[in-house]
Amino acid sequence: MIARLIGDANHVAVGAASPIPAAACELLRAKGLPIRVTRLHKRKGNPFTEGSRELFDLAGQGRIDYFFLGGAQLDGEANINLVHAEGRRFPGSFGSAFMYFTCRTILFREEHSRRVLVPKVEFISAPGWSPPEVERRGGPVALVTGKALFAWQKEQRRFRLESVHPRHSVEEVRDSTGFDFDAERVGETPPPTAEELALLRSTVARQLADDYPEFARRVWGMESGTKLMP
Amino acid sequence: MSGVDALVEHLADGALLALPPDYSLPAMDAVRALIRRKVRNLKLLGVPVLGLSADLLIGAGCVAEVHSSAVSLGEAGLAPRFSDAAERGEIKVVDYTCPAVHTALQATEKGVPFMPLRGVIGSDLAHDHADWQIAQNPFAAGKDPILLVSAIVPDVALFHARWGDGAGNVWVGRRRELATIAHAARNTYVTVEELRPGDMLEDELLAPGIISSTYISGIARAERGAWPLGVADVYAIDDAHLAAYAAAAKTREGFQRYLDEFVWGTKKSSLPA
Repeated sequence: MIARLIGDANHVAVGAASPIPAAACELLRAKGLPIRVTRLHKRKGNPFTEGSRELFDLAGQGRIDYFFLGGAQLDGEANINLVHAEGRRFPGSFGSAFMYFTCRTILFREEHSRRVLVPKVEFISAPGWSPPEVERRGGPVALVTGKALFAWQKEQRRFRLESVHPRHSVEEVRDSTGFDFDAERVGETPPPTAEELALLRSTVARQLADDYPEFARRVWGMESGTKLMP
Repeated sequence: MSGVDALVEHLADGALLALPPDYSLPAMDAVRALIRRKVRNLKLLGVPVLGLSADLLIGAGCVAEVHSSAVSLGEAGLAPRFSDAAERGEIKVVDYTCPAVHTALQATEKGVPFMPLRGVIGSDLAHDHADWQIAQNPFAAGKDPILLVSAIVPDVALFHARWGDGAGNVWVGRRRELATIAHAARNTYVTVEELRPGDMLEDELLAPGIISSTYISGIARAERGAWPLGVADVYAIDDAHLAAYAAAAKTREGFQRYLDEFVWGTKKSSLPA
């Protein structure tokens, strides 16, 4: 589904904590789309030669189309919180306060609960919208969870439930979402095709094993192929 | 006293210490030496994020403040000693966003007091920063607010490098954020995997990956000095060790046992037999 959202991209950047979005990008490449995928924490063959600031310089110029962000909390105005929630400290905001302004952003969080999708975030790492005088090329496009897909409505500053994944219902999504959202003509998220599944389990799995070893082990039962010692 | 122990003698209590992320050549041997030296009240600056090095220093009681865009162990999960210390209020945390750290150091590189950065406006990050201001773009016809980020001057930068040479240069390859830290810091101390004779700057292929001796205050040899993190093409990240650390350091007792074994002891579990 993520792959379907970003199918028009030329250049997508994916962070260290985003193995599922990375899999979506590699799926598009495996299907033959000429998309440039920059995996920020690629252990071998990392594209940056100017250090980690090069990512932000690229994004600042508008050379990256899509980025992915998650959060300890997300709210109905698409604000994200990566800092602290309910007394717990999380790692921190990373590049979110910049990347959210510069790239079309897919919000992604597997856990779909009232703990995560809250009425108002406790801390705004990056705001979901900005007043018109603030220069902002990027912002939220969609919110993808383990239960559903929401589209962001920029004018209304509200999410609209687009589809629920197989074996989930609109009522269940309503019950497990802490913020209000629009929901008319909600469809069911189409599952991956047989061809897509086959690619995910072969080509894509191999692409990800080196950079997301723990994820590859958990999902595909693979051991990392990273052997840098000759 | 080893070369690494002597190197970290230069670091004073209370220093603003700039460190790289786990993926960018952290000087782990030097971090272990700092803990053994019982350095106190460090202010850590993550360029732009921090990982194991910070978690060890925080857990060992060496840190008063953390200035960073994040502290995490990557796929191994949350940095347990950082999270615990932040939740208990034992350390002051000043949250950044990655490009603001780079921009603040680039301002210092250029010798200017501040630099502008897009984005960030509307983020709660700005509340903790007296060193940031939102100003009107003086060149715009209409309203155009933009963030100004004050320059940061670290007292010390500390990292690892693949090579050092007889002329006092170090080679970090593509890890150019280390050059930015070295250019901005008052003093830069580097541990190196290997020492090479001669002057690497005379080699046209090596030159672009070098930080010249102009910026380097001291070098010490530390073979496998980034372990359990990696050095590209020499040794990979020890993922199993990081996962074991993340589990052990969930409790103070487990963390102390880890220190006893791997910091006060000299064990490096992934050393080849």
